[in-house]
Amino acid sequence: MIEYFIHSASSFSGDIDNLFFVITLIIGFWFILVFGALVYFILRFRRKDGVKAQYITGEKHSETKWTHYPHYAVIAMDVVIIAANIIVWVNIKQTLPPKDNLIRVIGQQWSWSFVDAGQDGVLDTADDITTVNDLHVKVDETYHFELQSRDVLHNFSVPAFRLRQDAVPGRTISGWFKPTSTGSFDIQCAEMCGYGHGIMGAAITVHSEESYTTTIAQIKSGTYESHFQKRKGTKTESPINTSQVEEKDSFAELLASIF
Amino acid sequence: MSQAATKIKLEPNIQQHEELSFLYKYILPLDHKIIGMQYIFTGLIMAIIGGYFAYAFRMQLAFPGEVVPFYGLVGPGEYNMLVTNHGTIMIFWVAMPVLIAGFGNYIIPLMIGCDDMVFPRLNRLSFQIFLVSALVLILSFFVRGGGFGGAWTSYPPLSSVAEYSLTDWGASLWILAVALEFVSFLLGGINFITTTMNARAPGMKMMDIPIAVWFIVLAVILFMASVGPLFAGAIMLFMDQRIGTTFFLPSGGGDPLLWQHLFWFFGHPEVYVVLLPTMGIVADIITVFSRKKLFGYKTVLYTAFATAGLSFVVWAHHQFIAGIDPRVANVFVVTTVLISIPLAEMMFSYIATLYGGSIEFKTPMLWALSFLAAFLIGGVTGIYLGASALDIYFHDSYFVLAHFHYTFFPITIIGMFAALTYWFPKMFGRMMNETLGKIHFWGTFIPFNCIFLPLFLLGLAGQNRRVYNFQNYPDLARQELQDIRIFATVSLIVLLLFQFVFIYNFFVSMFKGEKAPNNPWNANTLEWSIPSPPPHGNFKSFPTVYRGAYEYSVPGRELDYWPQNEPPEGNK
Repeated sequence: MIEYFIHSASSFSGDIDNLFFVITLIIGFWFILVFGALVYFILRFRRKDGVKAQYITGEKHSETKWTHYPHYAVIAMDVVIIAANIIVWVNIKQTLPPKDNLIRVIGQQWSWSFVDAGQDGVLDTADDITTVNDLHVKVDETYHFELQSRDVLHNFSVPAFRLRQDAVPGRTISGWFKPTSTGSFDIQCAEMCGYGHGIMGAAITVHSEESYTTTIAQIKSGTYESHFQKRKGTKTESPINTSQVEEKDSFAELLASIF
Repeated sequence: MSQAATKIKLEPNIQQHEELSFLYKYILPLDHKIIGMQYIFTGLIMAIIGGYFAYAFRMQLAFPGEVVPFYGLVGPGEYNMLVTNHGTIMIFWVAMPVLIAGFGNYIIPLMIGCDDMVFPRLNRLSFQIFLVSALVLILSFFVRGGGFGGAWTSYPPLSSVAEYSLTDWGASLWILAVALEFVSFLLGGINFITTTMNARAPGMKMMDIPIAVWFIVLAVILFMASVGPLFAGAIMLFMDQRIGTTFFLPSGGGDPLLWQHLFWFFGHPEVYVVLLPTMGIVADIITVFSRKKLFGYKTVLYTAFATAGLSFVVWAHHQFIAGIDPRVANVFVVTTVLISIPLAEMMFSYIATLYGGSIEFKTPMLWALSFLAAFLIGGVTGIYLGASALDIYFHDSYFVLAHFHYTFFPITIIGMFAALTYWFPKMFGRMMNETLGKIHFWGTFIPFNCIFLPLFLLGLAGQNRRVYNFQNYPDLARQELQDIRIFATVSLIVLLLFQFVFIYNFFVSMFKGEKAPNNPWNANTLEWSIPSPPPHGNFKSFPTVYRGAYEYSVPGRELDYWPQNEPPEGNK
């Protein structure tokens, strides 16, 4: 169901979509049942002249079974949900499949820096490739990332990959993803990080082998045009609103005139 | 008669019923009814501010970059300040004062047959501190740099370092206001618990207490047990901001995650703190208007105990992807999903109460039933978010936002209107206009669904919270998504416009409404056995209670209700 709204572009995005579907089936069943009972009772037992309400204490077993048996069924469904969830969770967050590439993702107010370890697979060496607000990856290769923050909490979120992880200052958090289809997708900051939180976006571009080589060559030669800027096109907006202080005053006046 | 109540009986002001001056009657009251109304009116005024903020930022989302009528331009900093304070106000200055402090103060002594709270002066102090906290919060909007904009969860280091948040005093006043508010509710809470445990009318056993009172007391116990860690956290945050300590700053040896644990250790029980009063009020309303005994009084009560207990061990589900050890998440998934068990049982009992009833659709009943329907959606969508793997996708997305508005809107707004319309005759001695009440109900409930159902879809599309302009994200700038945003905003405006119907109805009915009899709804609980509005001191003589609160349609009785204080020989 999620894939109807947004691309499913990583190796585990399908798992999350399927989990969503399974839970929707279980919850949908309960929702229709309970909501149906609620609506039916409301319509069926509305007030009629001369009809007195029944006296039911809900304490005898013959009565409580109507709430207890569904209740046991809820427990059974809960077990199914927990089990299905833990399988997916362990696969995504608790296991690191062998890596093909290593990147470092650094969040700071209000931009993303990406450091690709390059050919040697080791960070902080001469062949590292650093980009800002633009991440280039190869399709069908497993990437490990080291997530860091320079100031406040950020969140590295790639909706198309169903990937999301908080970046915490003072810590390095590891994770992985494996893109499965080419294209360019949004990276958003998903944790409130201050004034520019709303513009702290970036672009992740998944390349085929040859397009990746071309792009890296462009980056190295300096003839590169940011995919992030290209994607945003004319919708680019200045992040800093210089008239902020005056606005605050007009807001104060307005509020004072209202209350 | 318990000792505590006897003591109060000796207070000259209360038992002699002398006419008090305006100052002592309305400005510095000791009467729990007036204090309750002070809380309710303060909460309603704060709700107007919170709704106004919602209007401003929803307009910015629907029509980004354009001047919002009656507000002005909403820039990124302004937007953050609006969403932050909308959340803070609606939870701490609307839900808690109106439902717990306001109605708690008003109905607890009336429903348990007591003349006042056992500590009236503490009660007055509690409201005065609350008022100061509200004023401090409002003041924080006007200081240099503007109001705090780091989200209502105020995660450090953003909230603790002025260079990061750009709201130096805004952030400090915000946390100060929140801490003051906690002090106020701690004082009020001790009063609620003591009153209910010690000052009940003779004959009222623990299992005869109306669910509304039980649940408010449970909520208060839950609040008092959970608020300690956050209060400590608030002081640490304030010290980080003002005197340069580094409790939450990694560069000084602190840990930002510490705050999250302290905050959510309180923050999750807080959900049930505001839920339980509404659940209790709804239990009373649906029994009265369906003329039915509550289905399984003890079961409902014990499920509430279970929910309250479980709510202490689920907090880390707010932090699945916050950098905690992923193995810990599995434990919290289990506890989180388990909380569905008592709540499902409670919901089943409420629905079973309707079975075989004689349901009358008065305005309070419409609100109570709509609460059940809306809260059901909020409840089931919570299961998605309790599943940690789905939380990877949904954390801080509009799916979360829609989910918790489907819980908090029914709890706060629907619960508030249910309680207001139900006790209005008792509070002001006049009936509200039913037709206007129903217009207001449908004008609120339908737009409410039109606002928040579409937001689930935006969440599925990967839209994150607290972003002031989605045009910056190419995947989210699509026109069909923008149409959804505009639809939600228009629905919000419709909802807000319909609130004027309520305001009109409220004030006109207060002065010109039809005179209310003692017991307009034919309800059983003690507050309906005395005049509307109740005189100072409530009961002429202390009532004696002979039975539980939910003896409706008892076989063999001519009347379909049986007041708690009616002697058994008066059996008609």
